[in-house]
Amino acid sequence: MTVFNTPSLQYGALLPILTVFIGAVIGVLVETFVKPTMRRFVHSLLTPAVLLVALFQVIANRETVTTTAAIGSVVIDGPVIIAQGILLLLSLLALLFVLDVDSFAPEASALPGSEEEKRAIASGKQQTEIFPLMLFSISGMMLFPAASDLITLFVALEVLSLPLYLMAGLSRRRRLFSQESALKYFLLGAYSSAFFIFGAAFLYGYAGAITFPEIRNAVIESAGNDVILLIGIVFVSVGLLFKVGAVPFHAWTPDVYQGAPTPITGFMAAATKVAAFLATLRIFYTVVDGALWQWQPMLSAVAIITMAFGSIVAIAQRDVKRMLAYSSIAHAGFLLAGVVAFNKEGLESSLFYLFAYGVATLGAFGIVTLIRDGQGEVTDLNRWAGLGKKSPAMASLFALFLLAFAGIPLTSGFIGKFSIFSAAYQGGLQSLVIVGVLSSAVAAFFYIRVIVLMFFTDASDPSVSVTLPTRRSLIGVWSAAIVTVALGVLPTSTLRFITDLAIFAR
Amino acid sequence: MESTMTLTSNTLVYFVALPLLSAALLLLLGRKADRWGHVLATTVAGATFVFGLIELVAMMGRDEYSRAIHQKVFTWISVGSFQVDAALLLDQLSICFVLLITGVGTLIHIYSIAYMAEDPDRRRFFAYLNLFIAAMLLLVLGDSFLNLYVGWEGVGLASYLLIGFWNKKAEYATAAKKAFVANRVGDLGLSIAIMIAFAVFGTVTFKGIEAQAESASQAAMVAIGLMLLLAAAGKSAQFPLQSWLGDAMAGPTPVSALIHAATMVTAGVYLIVRSNFIFDNAPTAQFVVVLVGAITLLFGAIIGMAKDDIKKALAASTMSQIGYMVLAAGLGPIGYAFAIMHLLTHGFFKAGMFLGAGSVMHGMNDEVNMRRYGGLARYMPITTVTFGLGYLAIIGVPPFAGFYSKDKIIEAAFNLGGSKGIIFGSITLLGAVITAFYMTRVFMMTFLGKKRWSEGVHPHESPFLMWAPMVLLAVGSVASGFLLYSGKRLEYWLKPVVDKHGHSHEEFLSHSTVTTLALSAVAIGVAIAIVKYRGEVPSSAPEKVSFLTKAARRDLLQDDFNEAVLMRPGQGLTKALVATDEKVIDGAVRVVAGAALGSARGLRSIQSGYVRNYALLILVGVAVLIAAIWVITA
Repeated sequence: MTVFNTPSLQYGALLPILTVFIGAVIGVLVETFVKPTMRRFVHSLLTPAVLLVALFQVIANRETVTTTAAIGSVVIDGPVIIAQGILLLLSLLALLFVLDVDSFAPEASALPGSEEEKRAIASGKQQTEIFPLMLFSISGMMLFPAASDLITLFVALEVLSLPLYLMAGLSRRRRLFSQESALKYFLLGAYSSAFFIFGAAFLYGYAGAITFPEIRNAVIESAGNDVILLIGIVFVSVGLLFKVGAVPFHAWTPDVYQGAPTPITGFMAAATKVAAFLATLRIFYTVVDGALWQWQPMLSAVAIITMAFGSIVAIAQRDVKRMLAYSSIAHAGFLLAGVVAFNKEGLESSLFYLFAYGVATLGAFGIVTLIRDGQGEVTDLNRWAGLGKKSPAMASLFALFLLAFAGIPLTSGFIGKFSIFSAAYQGGLQSLVIVGVLSSAVAAFFYIRVIVLMFFTDASDPSVSVTLPTRRSLIGVWSAAIVTVALGVLPTSTLRFITDLAIFAR
Repeated sequence: MESTMTLTSNTLVYFVALPLLSAALLLLLGRKADRWGHVLATTVAGATFVFGLIELVAMMGRDEYSRAIHQKVFTWISVGSFQVDAALLLDQLSICFVLLITGVGTLIHIYSIAYMAEDPDRRRFFAYLNLFIAAMLLLVLGDSFLNLYVGWEGVGLASYLLIGFWNKKAEYATAAKKAFVANRVGDLGLSIAIMIAFAVFGTVTFKGIEAQAESASQAAMVAIGLMLLLAAAGKSAQFPLQSWLGDAMAGPTPVSALIHAATMVTAGVYLIVRSNFIFDNAPTAQFVVVLVGAITLLFGAIIGMAKDDIKKALAASTMSQIGYMVLAAGLGPIGYAFAIMHLLTHGFFKAGMFLGAGSVMHGMNDEVNMRRYGGLARYMPITTVTFGLGYLAIIGVPPFAGFYSKDKIIEAAFNLGGSKGIIFGSITLLGAVITAFYMTRVFMMTFLGKKRWSEGVHPHESPFLMWAPMVLLAVGSVASGFLLYSGKRLEYWLKPVVDKHGHSHEEFLSHSTVTTLALSAVAIGVAIAIVKYRGEVPSSAPEKVSFLTKAARRDLLQDDFNEAVLMRPGQGLTKALVATDEKVIDGAVRVVAGAALGSARGLRSIQSGYVRNYALLILVGVAVLIAAIWVITA
């Protein structure tokens, strides 16, 4: 007689993830049972409440030192706690923009240009599924870095990805464009997921196990020299590098960033990167670290190409969202330098960088939602000329975020870039640091060009204006700005907090 | 050498703080302070003078070796072993300057109330005057070269602001800029001197350096000495940095009197006398000081002979008189006291004459050309008398102030001994001849002879607030020399600071011989001038004159020299650098930028928009990665 033992799940450690997940499920129930006119209001209370509760649970969890939960498929250690905290903070910030301004389609099922759609627009409603979808995605993101076996990792990847594909297609304006981008994202995402699961199979085939500690031991035994293992590593890397948007797996980024509703673009750029990079760090630092000599040169090459490519191609962009997309590719390259560094500083600086970049990028996309004409957002950079005169406050804040992206001192970006490059330098990757600094210099060009455009060029288009930002957007943009400056001027306490906590469980 | 004691004070800081606060107040309050700004500024200046008198009385009450008082205000710099306090030192030397600055300063504040009455920016003018007083007091009170340097720069700033006070006229602004640039060259010398001093001694306080001065290397001492001399030359308009002083007369006349005659321009002399411990141990540098002084005293005197602008003639005279002081300071312990004595008496008579010139301009619709004056004695009796007393003082007629001080300098120069003594002594005598000549010329052209001014000018005496300071300064011109000289009062007073070891020197010429020589020199100069200017004075400068006169009218071609040797090559260098920057550096940047943009356009074509291409790209990427890892492993 087989005895079925009830597995001990250690709910305490899982609680933040579960909270968000359950919140998402309740969100779906709200869609079903609450009448349409009330849904948006209910979501606007429920979603932030769920995120805040989860955030408090994460904060409460920070004392627990390294727990494995759910029979070893999940590990809650310092980096995960920090990552979950960052994710929840970024999500709350993103939510401020999602709740604001009409960015989402009135009825996603209506054909673009149809009578049905016109009626929906006239009724003034917006698709509210966006809120539960966002929560599902967040729960996946929170699980992704915590996953401790290949199956959980894959499940988390899909949970975080599928809602993103959907949300990318929900733009209110230029709907066909939005839907096209969603479809591209989905197709390529599925394609890369296939690589990922194929790679997971190779790893299983090599180690005969799916949990990370077991695979690690197997890698160390063979000193990493095994074709099956190496193919597994490459294929799994492809799935992860696709998510972070590293070259040559970046091609979806500009199209999707441009097509998706802008608040979602910001959310994707900020939050997805946190989840994907933490998972990447965990895989390379704690699973295949035995094969360091094999993957480090490969990943260095990817990092170098990504930094250079993102920075250079951004120069030629004429659309603010596409420019920010290429900028995010370049930043993925900088972050990869932290992965390649393979030391504790690499992990710490990556965490700091992810937070700093996430906040600044949300602030920047938040401002993009506010620069409008009669047809909605204005993303053509030429039409941003002279914005400094029309709206000095918004233009200055956008300039601040751009300076942070460029890594100018007294902004969070400088501390982030500095710490990540010094980590890479300590890791013995001088050439990577040189390319990184040169790329930063190239990148500074197109950031500063936008500043010049906003402040020192006369306005060409009188129809562009800043919508009177509502309180939520204002809070969002200003808090992003404050954090950006605070992390640049007084980074010590944040850095120390990360340093104390950021140790991977192996 | 007897041990000296330094008492601690906690009030010295007010010397600097009060005028500084007042200046800040007047500048920050703006127009609101227009009505009472000048009263506040004058009161503050007067208060510092009274304060100075109190300190003087207290100082005289103490015995010779415990007269200096010191106050540490705060720790300014503390880097490892490098410690600098913001600290003030009031000793026998600085009290002389404090009284000169605040005394003459107060009189000139009073004078300016009336002189600037019509100017809409009078408040700003007074703010700058107070700023100047604060900076100048800091300069003479600082207890280290670094503290002195702050005041040094401060007076430079105040001087710049005041020369260009009427900066609506482009040439005035240019004059201010010229003064500033020439001063910067000197300032560079001071900062280099401070750096060398720190490198050699590890400290920058006067006391600390003095203690080590005798054991220091000759080379270092000479280097510091020459750099200090460069600084002094910039600030005190000495050769070869003298060209700015004439143009500085663009500023309002009270400024010329206070800053560019009585006080700031003598800061170089103060610097040399204060650094006596350096120059006494660096004979080479000391000799260069004498040389510079001698050249400048002739240079200024020659220029003074040719100038028709009353203020510029006086400015040239200032240059020449400071040449006397620098020469005296370069003579070492036998000369320091006389340098200071001449500085103090000069402060009285030159300030008095400048105010007299201002008074004349006030009555003559701001005319400065002496060829348009003449016979003003009848219209401006008070101005004539006060100016006349100053005139008698500067040429050295006994018993007026200049007689004592200049006589002693001539004597000290001769007593240098040997051929040096004869050469420098003769130069000072020659200077006395020329001084007598050009000052007589100024006096006669202005106050005597026939009137040469045009219709519509109505010369008149100036108001009380203007002539009262002139009278007081005239009293100083008469009495100060005898007061300081009799019983070697100033010599004994300064001895603990500048002549600790006690010097002795041989007398090559007896005192009476020197006096006879000097008085004959004066008589010759006056006589030539009377012969030349008793008749008709042409109302425009004659064209057919010797080359020397032409050169002197152009400030002995110093500007032409500077332009040809420094400015043109400098501009050429600048142009070459700009061209290099534009063609080579910017060109390289443009090529790189073009390449980046080109590659950006090329790479962008990867982004075709077709999913199939993107998927292919991913596949290629995977293939490359696998191939790469294969190569690495193999």
